[in-house]
Amino acid sequence: MSTLEIKNLHVSVTTDEGAKEILRGVDLTIKSGETHAIMGPNGSGKSTLAYSIAGHPKYTVTAGTVTLDGVDVLAMSVDERAKAGLFLAMQYPVEVPGVSVSNFLRTSVTAIRGEAPKVRTWVGEVKAAMTALSMDPAFSERNVNEGFSGGEKKRHEILQMELLKPKIAILDETDSGLDVDALRIVSEGVNRIKESNDLGIMLITHYTRILRYIKPDFVHVFAAGRIVEEGGPELANKLEENGYAEYVTA
Amino acid sequence: MSTLTTNFLTPTGREEAWRFTPLKRLKGLHDASTSLADHPSLTATQLSAGVTISTQPSVETGPSSTTDDVVVQRVRDTAKSVTVVAIAADAVITEPIILTRSSLGGAAEASRTVIRAGIHSQSTIVIENVGTGLFAEEIEIILEPGSTLRFITLQEWENDAVHLGRHHAIIGKDASFTSVVVTVGGSLVRLCPTVEYAGPGASADMYGLYFAGNGQHLEHRIHVDHNVGYAKSRVNYKGALSGDGARTVWIGDVFIRAAADGTDTYELNRNLLLTDGARADSVPNLEIETGDIVGAGHASTTGRFDDEQLFYLESRGIPEGEAKRLVIRGFFLEILSKIAIEAIEERIMDRIDVELSKVEIA
Ligand SMILES: Nc1ncnc2c1ncn2[C@@H]1O[C@H](COP(=O)(O)OP(=O)(O)O)[C@@H](O)[C@H]1O
Ligand SMILES: [Mg+2]
Repeated sequence: MSTLEIKNLHVSVTTDEGAKEILRGVDLTIKSGETHAIMGPNGSGKSTLAYSIAGHPKYTVTAGTVTLDGVDVLAMSVDERAKAGLFLAMQYPVEVPGVSVSNFLRTSVTAIRGEAPKVRTWVGEVKAAMTALSMDPAFSERNVNEGFSGGEKKRHEILQMELLKPKIAILDETDSGLDVDALRIVSEGVNRIKESNDLGIMLITHYTRILRYIKPDFVHVFAAGRIVEEGGPELANKLEENGYAEYVTA
Repeated sequence: MSTLTTNFLTPTGREEAWRFTPLKRLKGLHDASTSLADHPSLTATQLSAGVTISTQPSVETGPSSTTDDVVVQRVRDTAKSVTVVAIAADAVITEPIILTRSSLGGAAEASRTVIRAGIHSQSTIVIENVGTGLFAEEIEIILEPGSTLRFITLQEWENDAVHLGRHHAIIGKDASFTSVVVTVGGSLVRLCPTVEYAGPGASADMYGLYFAGNGQHLEHRIHVDHNVGYAKSRVNYKGALSGDGARTVWIGDVFIRAAADGTDTYELNRNLLLTDGARADSVPNLEIETGDIVGAGHASTTGRFDDEQLFYLESRGIPEGEAKRLVIRGFFLEILSKIAIEAIEERIMDRIDVELSKVEIA
C-alpha cells in the first residue's frame, strides 16, 4: 500500500520576463489501487504537475511538499524518484538517437530492480509485454522513440510501465494521438498493470474519451494551476456536456 | 631525383589554413628548417589475394594531385620511397585489409602512401595509428572507374603524438569512396581529408568521429572539390569534447565548380561539449559556381547535452552519469557503425569510455 501526497504545491518556470508561477497550490492524495482523473483545459498546468513530481529541471518548486509513503520526493534526484516507485508516461516522449529500445529497457530495468535481469527470462519478459500491447518485436532494435508514430510512442511508454512496475504512475495525455484501436489496447494495458500491481494512477487528460476504458475513482478539475472541483466519475459526464467554460474565468 | 629542396615556407599561423592550429605544439614538424626523416611505415599483418603492398621509388610514383599544404609539399620532397597498396582490377575482397603504422621514432618523420583501387574492385582498408610519434604524411587514394573502397583511418595515438596528414581521394567514374576518420588520440592531430572527382557518377561518403580530452587539439579540414559534373558527396563528422583545453576544429570546404552540373552535396558537423573549458570550432563553407545542381547544403551544431533526453532516461531510473554515457554512445553510434567491423567499433568505444571516466561530465 503506497500513498503519494501532494500538499500546497507551487511551481514556477523561468521565463525571459522572470519567474512565472504555473502551479498555484495543488493538493492531491493518490493511494495504491486508486485512479484519479485530472481534467482541465490546455495550458492549465497539468503537464507542469506531472513533470514537477518527476523532477524535471525546468520547474522550480517554490512552496509545498510531495511525499511518497512519507518520504520527501522533492529531495530526490530524478532517477531516485523512479527507483522509489514513481513513473511518468510522458505526453511527448523524447527521442534518444543511437540508443536502442532493448538497450534502454535493459539499462532502465537494471537500475530500477537493482540488478540486471536474468538473460534467459528477460527476452521472454519483454516479448510477452510487447505482444500484450500489440507491438512488433522488431521495435526492440529501433532507437528510442526515433521515427515512432504518436501511437507507437504511447505504447512504448506503457511497455516501460509494465516492465518497471511502479507504485504510482502519472499518465500525461496518454490518450492523445491514439486512434480507437490503439486507445483500447493501451487502456487494457494500463488496466492489466493496475490489477496485477495494485497501481495508483494519476490519469491526466483533456477529453473524457479514455475514461470509458479506464474507470476513474475520482475526478479532479484542473484550471489555472490548481484543482478547482472534485467529485466521482459523474463529474466527468458533466464535463463531457459542459466543457471547461465555467472554470475558466477571463 | 628531386632531392634539392626548394624554399619551403613555414606557416606563421596567420594563414587561413593554419590559423586554428597551435603551431608551438607541433614540435617543429611544420618548420621548414626541421629535417624530416623518410619513413615508409605501413605494414600489413596478412594480405588477401588481390592485394599487393610494395615500396617504390618516389620518382616512379609521383603525386597524382596538387596541394598547397606546405607540410605535405615537404613530405613529398622528403619521401624517397612510397608505399603502394594496390587492389587488383575486379578483385572483391571481403576481409578488411589492416595496415598498421609501425615503429615511429622520436624524430620528425614523413611518409607517403598511394592506394590504388583497380577497376570494379571492392575492398576495405583500415589504417591503424597507435603509439606515439612526430609524424607528417600524405596518403593519395585513387579509385579507378566502378571501384568501391572503404577507407578507415584510426588515430588511436598515445596522448603525446603529433600527426599532420592529408588523405586525398581521386574518385573515378561511377566509383564510390567511403571514408571513416576516427581521431581519439594524440596531443595534436591535424588531418585534411580531401576529395576530387575524375568522372561522373562518382560518390564520396565521408564520416568522422573525434573525441578530445584534456588539452588535446584535434583538427579535421575537409575539402570536397566538385570539379566534374554529376558527382555526389556526403560529409558527416561528429565530435565530443571534455576537459580543460580540449579543442577541436572542423572545417568543411565544398566547392562546386562551374563545370559541375548535377552536383549533389550535403555536409554536417555536430559537436557535443561535455564540460566547461572545452572549445569546438565548426566552419562549413559552400561555394557554388553553377546553379544547375541537384542539391547543396550544410549544417553545423555545437551544444551541450539535451536536457530532455537526459530527463527521459533519468526518469526511468537511470542515474545521471550513466544517462550521459548512453547519450554519448548513441551520438557516436551513427558514425561508429559505418566502420562495420565490430572489434574495432568496440575498441574505439572502450577508449572513449576511458576518456569519459577521467572527467566529471557536466
Ligand atoms: N518553460 C516555460 N516558459 C514559459 N511558460 C511555460 C513554460 N512551460 C510551461 N509554460 C506555461 O505554463 C502553462 C501550463 O503548461 P502545461 O503544464 O504544459 O499545461 P497543460 O499540460 O495543462 O496543457 C502554459 O501556459 C504554458 O505556456
Ligand atoms: Mg500537457
